Amino acid sequence: MIQIDGLSKAFGGLQAVDACSFSVGKGRVTGLIGPNGAGKTTLFNMVAGFLKPDDGKVVLDGEDVTGLPGHVLFHKGLVRTFQIPHEFSRMTVRENLMVVPPAQVGENLIKSWLRWSKVRAEEIRVRHKVEEVLDFLSIDHLADELAGNLSGGQKKLLELGRTMMTDPKVVLLDEPGAGVNRTLLGKLAEAIQRLNEERGYTFCIIEHDMDLVSKLCDPVVVMAQGTVIAEGPMHDIRANREVQEAYLGGGMSGRMGHHHDVARQQAAAQAATLTPREAGA
Amino acid sequence: MDFLGLESYLVAMLTTVGIYAVLSLGLNVQFGLTGQINIGIAGFYAVGAYTAAILTTSESVHHLGGFGLPFVIGLAGAVLMSALIALPIGLVTIRLRSDYLAIATIGIAEIIRLVFKNEDWLSNGVRGIPGIERPLAGWLGTNAHVTLAVVLVVLAVVWWLCERARVSPWGRVLRAIRENEQGVTAAGKDVVRFRVQAFVVGAAIMGLGGALYAHVVGFISPEAFMPLHATFLVWVMLIAGGAGNNTGAIVGALIIWLVWSGTELVTGRLPPEFATQASSVRVLMIGVLLQVILIARPQGLLPERAPRAVGAARGRGK
Repeated sequence: MIQIDGLSKAFGGLQAVDACSFSVGKGRVTGLIGPNGAGKTTLFNMVAGFLKPDDGKVVLDGEDVTGLPGHVLFHKGLVRTFQIPHEFSRMTVRENLMVVPPAQVGENLIKSWLRWSKVRAEEIRVRHKVEEVLDFLSIDHLADELAGNLSGGQKKLLELGRTMMTDPKVVLLDEPGAGVNRTLLGKLAEAIQRLNEERGYTFCIIEHDMDLVSKLCDPVVVMAQGTVIAEGPMHDIRANREVQEAYLGGGMSGRMGHHHDVARQQAAAQAATLTPREAGA
Repeated sequence: MDFLGLESYLVAMLTTVGIYAVLSLGLNVQFGLTGQINIGIAGFYAVGAYTAAILTTSESVHHLGGFGLPFVIGLAGAVLMSALIALPIGLVTIRLRSDYLAIATIGIAEIIRLVFKNEDWLSNGVRGIPGIERPLAGWLGTNAHVTLAVVLVVLAVVWWLCERARVSPWGRVLRAIRENEQGVTAAGKDVVRFRVQAFVVGAAIMGLGGALYAHVVGFISPEAFMPLHATFLVWVMLIAGGAGNNTGAIVGALIIWLVWSGTELVTGRLPPEFATQASSVRVLMIGVLLQVILIARPQGLLPERAPRAVGAARGRGK
């Protein structure tokens, strides 16, 4: 569905993404993991058209879409969410969702002035769609709440809801689970699974919560220092030495002299996140 | 003051309020809905006023035209010309974020004013353009009540257009842009296009206000388009009334004009030796009032309210 080929981006002297290549298979839920600063979000920003790559290519469903702006990619079926929710704070949840459907007649001001009956009919259709989405995410009780008043987790659900207001081919989710409590996380995971199975959405998900990744994602792509270092099913990834080293800080621990033990402990703590936690925690 | 004097004072005052309310509605499209900080209201106001004057006055050797066209053509011309001037300005400045846009628009308004001040062939320079007829004078005479009625009718139409714009999907996208631009891009909307549209529509409304001003006062010169009267007061009006609320924009115009006129009563009581300082004291008082509003009631007298969703009335009683 998406082929990423040699994508690179530097910010000043920092090579954030360095000749990164992998692909997102149609109908799959691809996980993208890696330590902080690996370049995952930068990669997302380039794929979704929010940042122009220095080099490389993005192919969406056979079409070269490299460097196209985000709003154009949206209409080609590529939709994204943000790590920090980008809700419209002083608008209701309902309005947040109503913004999304493409090519609304009433987005033309002249038509809103002169052809109100047509605009109105469409508004009613969009409104029904909003109700469906809110029901699906079971946040229908929040429809008239200002989006700025939602909790962090509810905002994440709203972000996911926005992708459902259109019919995307691929959805890029940037840390949908961050800051979401366990109960809500279960709901979120279920929503993603259902969208994948029932509506055939293709997903690519950046996530630090390894429980969520192993539950949802296959394959998993691991990035470190701007490039892909491993790719495969989660249980292979767990066993991969290079991946463990990336999370452990590479050869760093050996060079840290008398801090050796401290570094080891930190590394062990980080590595623990790679192994599945007991369910129901 | 006898009754007739009071009445004619009231009529003149409401006419002025009506013109300011139109400007305030124009700013509401740009700032209230879209979050654009345009500190160059005076520029588009001047373009509208001069366009209307040139189109409707009788032929003169002192300035371009006049073309002796009817009042309504003058209004339409003013709207069109302000929009045409705003379009390239919008395209150039649209990528500037809030405070940079503010600085750019201050400069643009001054450039426009200086063009009218210096290009004698166009605008008769500092001597200005006299003899602009009252609205519809040829048809309804020069009665002040008629002028007030025309201004209020235009205001009502502009209010309706702005209100429809606000509750429409178009206005929804603008408000979303105000809240979070990247979120709007992620929702597939071309943010630049909507920002330019909002800027142009707001400027066109300001131009319409300028045309009304020219016809009400009958004489325009660059002096009338200094930033104090034509930009600063409008901002105070919109913020006091409630940014994002079209009715608030009108209420703000009324109240702030009353206060502004009221400050004259206060400064009028100052001893004569302070006469030169009096006008600055008035500005100071309005400035203090603005601070008080921003601290005590930043959302304005009539805060923005989410438009009632279409079709919401039927079905469930909410």
